[in-house]
Amino acid sequence: MSEILLKIEGLHVNVGEKEILKGVDLEVRAGEIHALMGPNGSGKSTLSNALMGHPAYTITSGKVSYKGQDITSMPTDEKARLGIFMAFQYPVAIPGVTVTNFLRAITKAKRGVEQPAREFRQEMNDAMKMLNVDPAFAKRYVNDGFSGGEKKRCEMLQMAMLKPELGILDETDSGLDIDALKVVCEGINKVFNPSMGLLIITHYQRMLNYVKPHKVHIFVAGRVAASGGSELVDALEKEGYDKFIKIGV
Amino acid sequence: MQTEDKSALRAELKSKVDTIVKDDYAFGFHDDDVKYTFKAQKGLNADIVRQISKLKNEPAWMTEFRLKAYAIFVKKPQPTFLSTDALEKIDFDDIFYFMRAQDKQSTSWDDVDAGVKRTFDRLGIPEAEQKFLSGVSAQYDSEVVYHSVRDELTKQGVIFTDMDSALREYPEIVKKYFATIIPMTDNKYAALNSAVWSGGSFVYVPKGVQVTIPLQAYFRINSDNMGQFERTLIIADEGSSVHYIEGCTAPTYSNNALHSAVVELIALKGSKIRYTTIQNWSKNVYNLVTKRAYAYEDARVEWIDGNLGSKLTVKYPAIYLMGERASGEVLSIAMAGSGQHQDAGARIVAKASNTSATVTSKSISKNGGRTSYRGLVSVDQGCKNVRVNTVCDALLMDPDSRSDTYPTMRVDEKDVNVGHEATVSKIGDEQLFYLTSRGISKDEARLMIVNGFIEPFTKELPLEYAVELNRLMQLEMEGGIG
Repeated sequence: MSEILLKIEGLHVNVGEKEILKGVDLEVRAGEIHALMGPNGSGKSTLSNALMGHPAYTITSGKVSYKGQDITSMPTDEKARLGIFMAFQYPVAIPGVTVTNFLRAITKAKRGVEQPAREFRQEMNDAMKMLNVDPAFAKRYVNDGFSGGEKKRCEMLQMAMLKPELGILDETDSGLDIDALKVVCEGINKVFNPSMGLLIITHYQRMLNYVKPHKVHIFVAGRVAASGGSELVDALEKEGYDKFIKIGV
Repeated sequence: MQTEDKSALRAELKSKVDTIVKDDYAFGFHDDDVKYTFKAQKGLNADIVRQISKLKNEPAWMTEFRLKAYAIFVKKPQPTFLSTDALEKIDFDDIFYFMRAQDKQSTSWDDVDAGVKRTFDRLGIPEAEQKFLSGVSAQYDSEVVYHSVRDELTKQGVIFTDMDSALREYPEIVKKYFATIIPMTDNKYAALNSAVWSGGSFVYVPKGVQVTIPLQAYFRINSDNMGQFERTLIIADEGSSVHYIEGCTAPTYSNNALHSAVVELIALKGSKIRYTTIQNWSKNVYNLVTKRAYAYEDARVEWIDGNLGSKLTVKYPAIYLMGERASGEVLSIAMAGSGQHQDAGARIVAKASNTSATVTSKSISKNGGRTSYRGLVSVDQGCKNVRVNTVCDALLMDPDSRSDTYPTMRVDEKDVNVGHEATVSKIGDEQLFYLTSRGISKDEARLMIVNGFIEPFTKELPLEYAVELNRLMQLEMEGGIG
């Protein structure tokens, strides 16, 4: 079997005083696409934010490891440099910083070396072409005045440039119309490769029509209620989350 | 394509400079071995005013002007529109009002006093001159010690010299315009400058001449307890254009220094003046400056004003829109760290119809520093179709820091469009989390947010200055010392 990239064991997470995650166990191996599906308020986004180390989320117990290394309390930027990437549900605007300069800064941070300007530009142009992004994008300020679709595409562009080994996509489908969703999903498929693992967090199954998961987890009330193959998506389609909520409780 | 190459070059230059200097305030050094050929005694009285005028061999009208101004300075109270606690602490008796480092002004760096030259070398002035300037003036304490201007400008009739030389060599033009924009009675510090002014720049650009490469003046304070009173007058004749840049630094002393300049700009019909300042005084300098411009018919004046240093800066560059279709812009940034107060702003006074101006003020407060925006927009009765838009954005780096806006509007006409918007933002967890999730360290993320915040300002600077400014911002962000 391929290498275990992400291993979550008995993860409990609080937001303030309130416990949101109540013992999450999950394993993502290289070459696998996992879909984590859950209703609103189930704690899906808490999981992604806690994994990446958002200061508002406190891990109270449990362990997260990446390629066997304990990263439970590792600072966010170090995790990113190890090869973990999170696509945000609500990407944040950085006014005054162009997409070009931003991509240059983050690739430099990730790789530890600065590429020659021409080489970088070539790589960026290739990635933009692959993701069908308008070249004018490069000169705009990061997420500043972007439409929902543009923001998500910008996230995919960053993922393509950073070439992470583990990608956590937090509700990447939210706020996208069907055409934008298709484009973004095509991008995900292009970036995905056998040495990479993906954890796709979503409420709806529609994204999974375009990105085919190997494994599906139903997430209810702060823990994984059921795991299986893509047949779970069909079951969910027919019966909704109700059945799983009962199991979960 | 061109702008992309530029930004790549900018980034490369920046990283180069970054590796050279890792100090906090890099300009706090001073020269001990410079032999001043003349040093007025500390403090101020009418005799010292006379002495300065005599040393400079000035015409009688200027001596009288100075003495009159001195009397006004003594009588005039401190400004009351801002909290004067800091101003009250200035001890006018504990300041040197005039020091001469060199008897003669040099036109070659080889002739400049070795100690003085070493300072300007460290500041990179001779190098910058060769690379991207069309004229340089370097003031050391009271007087300009070095001066040069490219031959082709001289041939076109452009005058760029220090104010003292201008008074000797071009007495008619000086007498015609001197103190016509900022009278000695304007405020206490304008009166003080009028009494003891020394050095500064005089620029005259003849009709239709475009000075495409910037002129630069560099102001350096070296001595402890020094007062520097530069006096600058720029006249752009009809249809001409010029870009003037000033930079300033000083050593860090425990005693305070005073910099009190008066700058007058006259943009005649259809001309354009851009005046760029990168103020980086050490944090013991009171920077109390009066800057005002008259823009006549179809003329345009731009103040690009960057304030990083000083203990207290009080400065509101003003544009008087004197003729139809005159326009102006004030674009400023202010950064205040521990123990600093930047009280900056802009004044737009419309005295003609169909005029317009924009004011963009960006301020950053950190480590308990304080920034204030103080603005005036005034439209006289009968001036129709005037548009003035003001935008103030403040960025607070921590809860101890402070930012205020004090806009004043005096509009005596209906057919005008005057707008003011202000925002205050804090560096938020969400921005930091987003950036660190991409592998950038927290410090680097803060700097990126700040550099992005001031981008509208930096992009207006010549490349070399943008690089320099980014570097200064980085030093400010890294250095915990206020």
